[in-house]
Formats: sequence, structure tokens, C-alpha cells
Amino acid sequence: MSHTEHGTLERPEIRHTSLWHQSVTIFRRNLIHIKRMPEMLLDVTIQPVMFVLLFAFVFGGAISVAAPAGYREWLLGGIMGQTIAFAAFIVAVGLTADIDKGIIDRFRSLPINPAAILVGRSMSSITHSFIGIIVMSLTGLVVGWRIRGSVLEALAAYGLLLLWGFAMIWVGILVGSAMRSVEAVNGVMFTTIFPLTFLSNAFAPSERMGTVLRAIAEWNPISALVQAVRELWGNTGPAPADSHLPMHHPVLFTILWTVGITAVVAPLALRTFRNRTMR
Amino acid sequence: MFLIGIVTEGTVNGVGHDHAIEAEGLVKEFGDTLAVDDVSFAVPRGTVLGLLGPNGAGKTTTVRMMTTLTRPTRGTARVAGYDVLTDPAAVRRSMGLTGQSATVDELLTGRENLWLIGSLYGLDRKTTERVGGELLERFSLTGAADRVVKTYSGGMRRRLDLAVSLVATPPVLFLDEPTTGLDPRSRVELWDVLRDLVEDGTTLLLTTQYLEEADQLADDIVVIDRGTVIAQGTPLELKDASGKASLVVTVSRADDLAAAVERVRGAGLEAHVEEAARRITAPAEGLGDVTRIAAVFDGSGIEIDDLGLQRPSLDDVFLNLTGHRAEEVPDAGEDVGDSTVGDDAHEDQEVRA
Repeated sequence: MSHTEHGTLERPEIRHTSLWHQSVTIFRRNLIHIKRMPEMLLDVTIQPVMFVLLFAFVFGGAISVAAPAGYREWLLGGIMGQTIAFAAFIVAVGLTADIDKGIIDRFRSLPINPAAILVGRSMSSITHSFIGIIVMSLTGLVVGWRIRGSVLEALAAYGLLLLWGFAMIWVGILVGSAMRSVEAVNGVMFTTIFPLTFLSNAFAPSERMGTVLRAIAEWNPISALVQAVRELWGNTGPAPADSHLPMHHPVLFTILWTVGITAVVAPLALRTFRNRTMR
Repeated sequence: MFLIGIVTEGTVNGVGHDHAIEAEGLVKEFGDTLAVDDVSFAVPRGTVLGLLGPNGAGKTTTVRMMTTLTRPTRGTARVAGYDVLTDPAAVRRSMGLTGQSATVDELLTGRENLWLIGSLYGLDRKTTERVGGELLERFSLTGAADRVVKTYSGGMRRRLDLAVSLVATPPVLFLDEPTTGLDPRSRVELWDVLRDLVEDGTTLLLTTQYLEEADQLADDIVVIDRGTVIAQGTPLELKDASGKASLVVTVSRADDLAAAVERVRGAGLEAHVEEAARRITAPAEGLGDVTRIAAVFDGSGIEIDDLGLQRPSLDDVFLNLTGHRAEEVPDAGEDVGDSTVGDDAHEDQEVRA
């Protein structure tokens, strides 16, 4: 065989790799994105911090709550709930951008398990959201939030937030696969996540809402999560006797909601992703 | 390290396949739209197939089916002997894809892009660094290797895109419009790289709307229009099929023109005269006519500037086959940079006697 000066191409052996290896590679690639564009983290840092300041110091005086250490301590659980609900947004934005730029096609032309694309994306989005949870915890400590329960209960609260984040990933995959542009994702997510978190007990106690509104708020999945972490951190007493069912068993309902959301949304999300990328 | 010849043989499934790529009755429907309609062809190992057609002809969809990115509605394809429907994983281990529907990561550096793909191919870090380094050198990207791709020019991106596809040096390479949007110099450079790859044993399928590109690189050409194959063959066969060649004689002095016409007619050819250009054109069968006319002028005292056989260009071929030029297409405008295509394609394809 004759060769030019570049002649002999090396053909390294293509080895079979595990789903874990592939997912970690894509996870690391996504982390490089955050490193190159730290402003991506604004949604889990500056934005919730501003919410803390806004509600703690501006609206907080007008909201009275039945909490041992007042509104600011009570507020933190709500902000945490909102921050982790945005995990869906983070997944969706990342996924839409990748589909839009053709990176997903590149990945899918490689000898890898296509699931690695979603697993890697989920890993980086959860990391992204948890950076927000850590920033919120520190901000909370500064404005007067304290953990008053046991270490185990405190960890359980963070565990529930993580669990909630996993359920939100599926919502993110669904929205990210269905939308044609990052702008569309922004529009859909902001017009759904904000009303959903405001129609809950995240910022104001549901006890004092009208009958209908209160029912909606207390059956809102986010309320169960927020009530659960508040109770586990010792930031609120038990829900009043006339509260709806989820408020009396917030931990159980948080788990039920996450399982329910995952069971309904996951198959839908996977189908939408497949349809979008297999065209 | 392996030499190519050895490995390509090893990867072809053991069976006596001499085709690296085979498409068998590929059909793709999107709802009511028939994007690709019964496309079949075969590409012998170590050769280049040009899939030629205008925007929206179904080239990209065909490539997407052959590279497992989309499932054919009907029909199938085999890459390196593996079926895209029954063994997509093996297909992905045997091929690389670059161009329109695949891309590089803008927020990563050139080197990080190579790491990313190398790691997903399962190469260890050292191998990726070594092979990646060689590829960066070969594509003149070493200086920009640690810059974020966002700062690259269009040509640099294309070269990196190709380098990334080559990091595991797959035996079959699909290039979807590899030079769309490139300036002429980068395009010629890329052609050189592709020729080297083929010389090293890689089988290449490239889609293009540049007739010149297909003519330059391809051993065989498949012309598709509106989802169907309308012609296939070597560039020469397509040109031959598209009509007769012409004999062209240009005389040095205008005074000799009348005498020259008389001699061409005397040789039994139908002469058409362009006085200003001092040129005589006559329908010809082949090189035999050129020799005959050369003999007629030999010793006649008439000075000849040029004598040759002119074959129709691929552009003419396309016009003849489809009724429209390659560039003027109903739904053009999907790609950037298409409007610059035409001019390169209009060169004369002369075969000197």
C-alpha cells in the first residue's frame, strides 16, 4: 500500500465503555460549560438570594407565621423548594441547547448508550441545583435561619430536596425535548414554575388563604416538600388541624409526589426525547 | 499501532463483503411527506461516493438513516457489513460522521473536543492525546488547540469537526456537506486531507451540492433529487450519458478561419463557427475525431491555437437530468453560503487530445 507523507493513520482500538464512564464524560463536559459560563449559575445563586432578601426584609414584615424564630427562618424552606423546582428548568435549557446545536446528533453517532446523554445531563443539573441549595443554606445562616432538629433529620431534609430534584429532571427532559429553542424553554418554565411556587406555602402560610386557594396550595406538591423540610429542620410546628391531608404527612406525600411525577412524566419524557432526536 | 490495511479487513464482519456501505431501498416518510424514496447504492471499500443533489433533495436524511440517527420507514443499510437496523451499535463503532448534522462543542477548546469524543469512543487519555495532537497538527490547528471553539473561524470549525470524527479513525466516514460555507482555499485544503484519508484506506461518503466537489473527489456519483436517485455512475459516465461531446478548434489567425471550416466539413463533421472567438465547434463521437481532425490540419499551413474535445460539465448533467440547475431549488435557503456555489461549477471539462 502506498502512503503519502501523512501516510500511516493510527487506528486506535475502539473499546466498549460502561454507561457510567460515558455519563461521567458527558457530566464533565457539562461542568466545563459551567466553568466557561459561570453566569449560568445566576439562576441558583443571585436570583434566590434576591428572593430571600426581598421576602425577608421587604414583604416579611407583613407576613406573620407560627414559627419559633419568625418569618426569615420559616422562609428558607420555601426558597429551597423553589430553587430545587428550577432543576427542571436547568435540565430543559441544557438539553434544548444541545439538541439545537447538533451536539446530541454527534453523541448519538458514537458507539455509546444514548441514555448516557440524559444521565450525564441529569448529573450536571443536579450538581448545578445543589450549588444553589448550598448557597441558600449559607445565605439562610446569615439572615438568621438555623437547623433546630437532629443531624439525621437535617440530612433527611436535604435528601428530600435531592429526591425532588430527580423528579424534576424528568419534567426538564420533557420540556427540553418538546421545545424548539432556549427562549421557548425560558417562556414555558417561568410562566409555570413561578405561579406554581407562589400558589403554595413557600412564601406565605396557606392557613390564611381562601378556602379554594388553600386547598389548591396545600395539595400543590411543592407545599408538601416545603412543609417536610421545614418540619425536619425544626423551622415550623406541625400543620394546623384544619389543614388538608398532605400537610399532616408532608414527608410521605413528598415521596408519593416524586414517585407519581416520575411514573407519569418519565415515559412521556423519554418518548418525546426519542421522537425529537430520531427524526 | 496498526496499519490500516490489516484493521479494515478485520472489521468487516469476516464475511466476504467488498462494499463498505450499502443502501437498500431506503425510504423515509415524515408524516405525509416522502423525504427519501427507495434509495439504493453500494460503495466499494476504499472508494469515495459523492451523493449529489440540491438542498432538500434528501441527502441529509439518507445519511442520517445510514448513520443510525434516524430509522428508515422502509429498507435498510449496511455499514462495514453491519445492518443499521439489527446492529446499530456495531455500525457506530465502524463509522464517523461529520458536517451538517453533527458538530463540535463551542464552549470547549479544540483539545477538549477531541478528549470528549475520544473518551466516548473508549480511548484512554494517552492515546487520545497522542492521536489528537497528530490530528491538530495535520489540520493546522495546533496553535488554536487550547482556545475555545467559539473563537474559531468557519474553516477552523470544519477542520476540527473532521479531526474529531477521526480521533478513533473509523474505517467508514460520512461527511455531510463538508465544505458548505468554506472559502475556496479552505475547501481545496480539505479536499487534500480527504484524498489522504482515502489513500489510507478509508471509505468515504460525502454529500455535496457542489458539482465540482463530486467531480474532484468521487469515484462514483449518485445524483438524487426530490428523494429519488435519478442517476448514478462515475463522473465520466454521467457526462457521457448526458449528451455528445464537441470538438473545438481555435485557429490563431482570423484569416484562416474560412479555410479551417472547409477542412472540418471536408472531414465529414458539422461545423459551427464563432467568428469573434476564431472558434469552430462540431459534434464529435470521441477522441478518434480529434485525431482525424489533427491529421487534416497537419501540414496545412493553418496555425492552430487549440484543439480538443469538450465534454458536458456535471452542471450540464444535472440540468439535463432534473430540468433545473443544482442551485436553484424550490426550498433552498436551509444552509448558509449556498449562493456562492454556482460559479465554481461552470468550468469547462476539457479532455485534451
